[in-house]
Order: sequence, then C-alpha cells, then structure tokens
Amino acid sequence: MRYIAQRFAHAILVLLGVSVLTFLLLELAPGDYFAGMRLNPQISAQTVTRLRDAYGLNRSLPVTYLRWVGSVLRGDLGYSFAYNAPVWPLLKSRAGNTLILSLIALLASWFAAIPLGVWSAARRGGWLDGATSAGTTLLLALPDVLIALGLLAFALHTGWFPTGGMASIAAQEMGAAARVRDFVLHLALPATALAAGVLPILVRHVRSAMLDVLDSPHLRAARGHGIPRTRLLFRHALPAAANPLISLFGLSLGTLLSGSLLIEVVMSWPGLGPLLLQAILERDVYVVVAAVLLSALFLVAGNFIADVLLYVADPRIRVE
Amino acid sequence: MPQGSAEFGAFCPTLRPFPGAARYQMKGKLKFGLLGLVLIHLVVLGARVFAPYDPAEQHRDSPFAPPMRLHWVDARGHTHLRPFVYALVYHPESSAAVPYKEDRNRRLPVRFFVEKAIAGVEAQGAKHLRLFGVDPPGEIFLLGTDDFGRDQLSRLLYGGQVSLFAGLFAAALSLGLGVLLGSASGFYGSWLDAIIMRGAEIFMALPWIYLLFAVRAFLPLHVGARESFFLLVGVIGLTGWARPSRLVRGVVLSAKHREYVLAARSFGASNFYLLRRHILSETYGVVLTQAALLIPQYILAEVTFSFLGLGVSEPAPSWGNMLAALQKLSVLESYWWMFAAGLVLVPVFLFYHLVADALQQGA
Repeated sequence: MRYIAQRFAHAILVLLGVSVLTFLLLELAPGDYFAGMRLNPQISAQTVTRLRDAYGLNRSLPVTYLRWVGSVLRGDLGYSFAYNAPVWPLLKSRAGNTLILSLIALLASWFAAIPLGVWSAARRGGWLDGATSAGTTLLLALPDVLIALGLLAFALHTGWFPTGGMASIAAQEMGAAARVRDFVLHLALPATALAAGVLPILVRHVRSAMLDVLDSPHLRAARGHGIPRTRLLFRHALPAAANPLISLFGLSLGTLLSGSLLIEVVMSWPGLGPLLLQAILERDVYVVVAAVLLSALFLVAGNFIADVLLYVADPRIRVE
Repeated sequence: MPQGSAEFGAFCPTLRPFPGAARYQMKGKLKFGLLGLVLIHLVVLGARVFAPYDPAEQHRDSPFAPPMRLHWVDARGHTHLRPFVYALVYHPESSAAVPYKEDRNRRLPVRFFVEKAIAGVEAQGAKHLRLFGVDPPGEIFLLGTDDFGRDQLSRLLYGGQVSLFAGLFAAALSLGLGVLLGSASGFYGSWLDAIIMRGAEIFMALPWIYLLFAVRAFLPLHVGARESFFLLVGVIGLTGWARPSRLVRGVVLSAKHREYVLAARSFGASNFYLLRRHILSETYGVVLTQAALLIPQYILAEVTFSFLGLGVSEPAPSWGNMLAALQKLSVLESYWWMFAAGLVLVPVFLFYHLVADALQQGA
C-alpha cells in the first residue's frame, strides 16, 4: 500500500511541476491574444489596455499562476479569450473524445500485439515470425501522417467509411442500433491509423519478452510435463513475461496520445488535437495550458495504472 | 512510426533480433544503412544540380499536372536511345479529375547537363548547370506538379534539405545537451543530480508531441523560412534532452567506479580530465544508438509541425508543408502524386532503423 501511495504522491508532484513549467514558458511568450488588436486603427489603445486588465494579462507571473491554481480548484481551468468562457466546459467533451479514441486504439493494438508476438516467439524462425518481422519493419517506417492520409484516401475512394467527425448529421434521428453503427464507422479509421502506429513496437516487445521467458528452465520443465502448447504459452509463459509489458502499457498510452493529436487533425476527430492547434494559432494561452496539462494527466494516470497493475501482478514488488 | 516512438527504444534497448534480420551480419546491416543514408543526403544536398527547376518556380498553366512517364518507344514504334516525355496538354474544360492528356505529336527528348536560367528577378538571368531538363518551352515534371504548377521533384529535393537536416541538427542539439547534463548529473551527483533528474521527469511526463506543441505555442508564429528552420531545430532539440541525459547518466554512474578511473584519480587526475578521458568515452555507444533512434523521430516532428502550419512556411519547401496540400479532400482524392513527400520518408526511416538495429545488437 505504501508503494501505491508513494507513486500517487509522485504523480501529483510531477503534475505540479508540469504546470509550473508551462507557466514559465507562458511568461516567455511574445505578444498575446490582444496583440493583433493594436494593429487595428478602429480599436483605441485604451480599449486594448482595458481588455488586458479585464483578462488579467498585466499581472506578474506568481500572481497569474496563483490565480490560475485558484481557477483550477474551482474547476474552471482558466479562461479562454477566444470563446470568452471558462476552459473546462470547452475541454470536457473533447478530452472525452480523445480518451475514447486513444483507449480503443490502445485495446485494439494490445489485443492484436499479444497473440502476434506470442506466436512469432513460439515459432521462432518460422514463416509467421518472418512475416511479422517484415510487417513490423515496414509499419515502423511508415510515418503516422502517411497512414492517416492513406486511410482517408481509401475512405474517399471506396465510400465505405465517413471521412471525418464522430457522427453523421442525421445521427440524432437514428435509432439506437443505427447510431452505434454510425459511431463505429466513424471511429474505425482513426482508431486503425492510431493502432497501426504503435502495433509494430508492441509486437516486437511482446516477442522479445516471450523469447526471454521461453528459454528459461521453468518453462522447459513445464514443456517436459507435457502441458499443451497453447496453455503453456498463454498460462505459463505470458504471465512470466508480463512485467516489462506492463511498464510498456503505461508508455504506450503516451505514444497513443501523441499520435492521436495528429490523427484527430487529419481525420477531423473532435478531440483535443484540433482545439489545441486552433488555440496555438490564436494565442489562446489558457486553452493551450489546460490541454497540455490534461495530456500530462492522462499519461501520468496511465503510468500510475501500470504501477498498480505491476503491484498486483508481481508479488516481489509487494514484499519490498 | 508514431510520434514519440523513440521512448520505446530507450525503454528496452536489447530487443531480440528477428531471424531474417539476424542472418545478415551486424556490420553488413550497419554499412548498408549508412550507405543508403549517405546517398540520400548527398542527393538532397545536390538539389541545385539534381532538381530540374527552382523550388519556388511556378508554372501557372499546369497546376496539378500528373507525373510524366519516361518513354523509349514512340507512337510509331521507333525505339530511341535517349529517353523522352510527351508534352502534357491541359484541358481545363474537361470534367475528368486530372484534365491532362499526353500530346503524342510533341516529343520532348530529355537532355542531360543543361544550362538553365535561375528563376526570379534577383537572379538577373544567371544560369547554372542541371543534371537534366528538356528544351524550352517544353516542361518536364517527373513527379507531377502542385497547385501552383511547381515541380514536385524539385520541391522534394530542396524540401529534403530542410526536413532531413532539421532532424539531424535537432538530434545533435538534444544529444549534446543530454551528454552535458547527464554526465554532470551522474558524475557530480548530490543536489545537481536531484535537480536535473527531477527536471527530466517533468519533461517526460508530457506526451512528446504535446510537449513540443506547448513549447511551440509560446514562440512567434509567423517567421521567415530560415528563422522557422532554426526555431524548429531549437524547439525539437531542446525539448528532447531528458531521455538521452538519463541514459548517459546511467552509463556515467557505472563508469565512475571502474578501477581504472579510481586509479587515475589517485594519480591526481582532475574531474574534468577524468570525464573527458575516461568516462565520456564510455557513453559513445549509448549516444550513437540514441542518435539513430532520435533523428527519424525528429524528422517526423519537423514534418508534423510543417504539416500543421506551425513550421517552415511557404514558399520554402519542406516535406511537411508539401504534405499539407493533402489536407484538402479534393487533392487527397484526385492527385495521388502529392503523397510523394510522405513516401520518401519510408526509405529514410528504414535506413535509420537498420542502423539503430545494428548498433543495438553491437552494443
């Protein structure tokens, strides 16, 4: 229990550090949301000054930071200049969409990677292993931008999949079953693009971890006892190989979040990515800070979950 | 390859090689990968000669022209030793997605080592040698053109100068900073170590691309091509220091208690001498492997930035802003040759991965 509490405290400290870092960067930024207004002859200098006062842009860094922390505690996460509204309501649904996309891709890639990795390790040197090797090498060299654009072109040519968004315009009038089908169709391509990016890395690590275990004496003993192959691989070898893979689980979430930003923009998935890009272009700084912090929160949470899983899976950690 | 994938490489440095891959000698792999990379970089550096046009030269009368095919046999069945292309005729009134037709009556033989004027007013009609071209007024677009009728092949070559070297310079910056901070942290320990490693943790707590965006967000948006190149190199290079510095720190920590280091210290060697002479030489392996992993990731970061309009801006070409044309669905649907700037990344990444594999096996 102490282990978990320690990891939790560590996660909180890291998040605090990230927020301080982003505010330091913020302080360095030239210009602000209202800088463009100065160039407009119809807006007087007084108006700009008054606006900057009203939005608290003329305060010192520590004051700004403390006020922002206060706004986080109130659940606002700062104030968006462009939308003239607190940030959290803006971010809430989009963060949910990013999470849906990333988690589906996470599940899909792991469910594909584990059997592929296990089987290619079990038949080392066989045709499946060779095919996996060639496939992962090629997939690893394909930039995720290209995968996303290629899938989008595929959708355009075949017309089998929608080319953007999360739901059709007519989704409101559909029945429950049709709406689910519509959602799955919209989700299919972004999730595939995202999963295809991390899949080769996961497969390689599963295979490598399995090979380490398959050579070990206890598995040779198990094989000698005549335990059937499938049971041997998935019941005996896989749990023994799980430790590095559980740590990898936390890391893979970070890569998926990174990848999803780009794929959301390319495939117009209404997640954090398009909002963040828009906010950067408009210098809507608190939206940027909040989106970046949310991504850190997801990643830290992912690593925390991996730590807890490790604690559950490995008795050696519990003893310490 | 997804964003931030180098994190995995650092996570598990000794991946078991695949059997097909293991059959090659490690050295052969390294040589092959390096040879490929050197060739690609040389071609890109020689863009002034290899590219038939200047990257910003527009042919407004042929927007989105498809790639021309090289022929050796003409319409009447005669075989020519010198390859040729047929002139493309633009039919703007046609309803086809690609309204171009080959004009079988206008044969444009490819000339090698031609003198061609440099486009632009400042050039004042100066000429320089190019590898190939066709007699004016004919035009040759081996990879097609974009919406301004700019030759894609030329832009690809010049764009490589931006994209490939942005990755290279950024990785050099990251690794330099990583070695500096990592060795200081590992060698001196105590409070310095604590500060640097806590800092690294904060940098690694953000998903890689969000971290890049967070830094990019607070820098000027509209800058010239040259400034934006260095801006990107700086942003990518300076945000990527954390992982290499942690790895270097680990190596330094184990190296500093080696017996020969202790012996040298007892002879009165200074800290600086020990670091330079005995300890940093131990980190070469890690640094080289990290370089082979980081460079492709940084190239991809530049491409992503420019693709999203936060990087190198038009009219200067980069592989990212060339791909940005595909953000329009109409372009994506009809003009497949616009994918070239993305496809060219595949061999580059393959070669880098080959080198990284070989280095990891050798380590």
